[in-house]
Amino acid sequence: MEERLILVTVLLMSVVTMVPRILPVWLLAGRTLPRSMVIWLRYVPVSVLSALLLPELFIKEGQFDLSSSNLYLWIALPTMLVAAKTKSLAVTLVTGIGGVALLRLLVL
Amino acid sequence: MPTPRSSSFSGIVRASPVVMGYLPLAFAYGVMAHGAHLSLVATLALSFFVYAGSAQFIAVILFAQGLVLLPVVLTTFIVNLRHLLMAASVAPFLARWSLSKRIFFATELTDETFALHSTEFPSGEPIPSHVFAVNLTSHLSWIFGSLLGYQAGGMITDIRPLGLDYALPAMFIGLLIVQLRTRRAVFIALIAGAASLLFRHLGFESRSTLIATVIGATLGMGLELWKKD
Repeated sequence: MEERLILVTVLLMSVVTMVPRILPVWLLAGRTLPRSMVIWLRYVPVSVLSALLLPELFIKEGQFDLSSSNLYLWIALPTMLVAAKTKSLAVTLVTGIGGVALLRLLVL
Repeated sequence: MPTPRSSSFSGIVRASPVVMGYLPLAFAYGVMAHGAHLSLVATLALSFFVYAGSAQFIAVILFAQGLVLLPVVLTTFIVNLRHLLMAASVAPFLARWSLSKRIFFATELTDETFALHSTEFPSGEPIPSHVFAVNLTSHLSWIFGSLLGYQAGGMITDIRPLGLDYALPAMFIGLLIVQLRTRRAVFIALIAGAASLLFRHLGFESRSTLIATVIGATLGMGLELWKKD
């Protein structure tokens, strides 16, 4: 693979990821938005995070996986509990990563 | 969380959980890029200029398949279009910032920094030094993790025994849970998550997140307006 072609691709990738990030912050800030739009935008964080998370937990190698071997899913339960109790991202991360590492050590 | 919000230092502290998530995640990316025979320059250029986890992982896979230019750029665009909604969601809080500050802020918007900022912004005027410290610390840790992973790529090929592949899901869990302040938020999260699974199942692989977000936000708005009238 030609290095130059890859680097050109990377720069184009940069453009197409930067435009959606910049445009709204450029154009919308300071503007009074309709109330419904403000409410709509308030529900974006919770929606997008859940839409990112659930496929990570339920889909393994392209398949919906509810089996006991799906560690991602089962470790998510204690990790969520810890997140809700502590409200600490750091503690949540340690719980999740540590839990997966520990289970793999015990099971495999 | 009663963190002081006034200084760069408070921003660095605030970013520490994101750093804890980014280091292993970027490390995994670096290992993978090395395995795909990407050059160090290309590996770091992706982390510096694109700075988007999922898009970078996908790009490495596509590069390894010999694909460049349009297919990679187009996939990246679709996968990252969700940032349009995130940027729109935080934009109203930056009304008093200068344009150059707003643009600099926007270039470093990721799923994770967005989640941090969107829990913090509603509780008071965002202070640039604090916000930029959060962003820069996060971005630097992402680049640094990529470098470490690339350098370790010759020795380590599997990060799974360390559980580091779970950094991303665990981070999303932590970020999502603090957003669930009302029963309606929980309901919207379930609907958006289910929609994301459904649309992925239907073959909308790269667009499923975006579609699910639109469904969740629209339903949330609908319920809130309906209940109040």
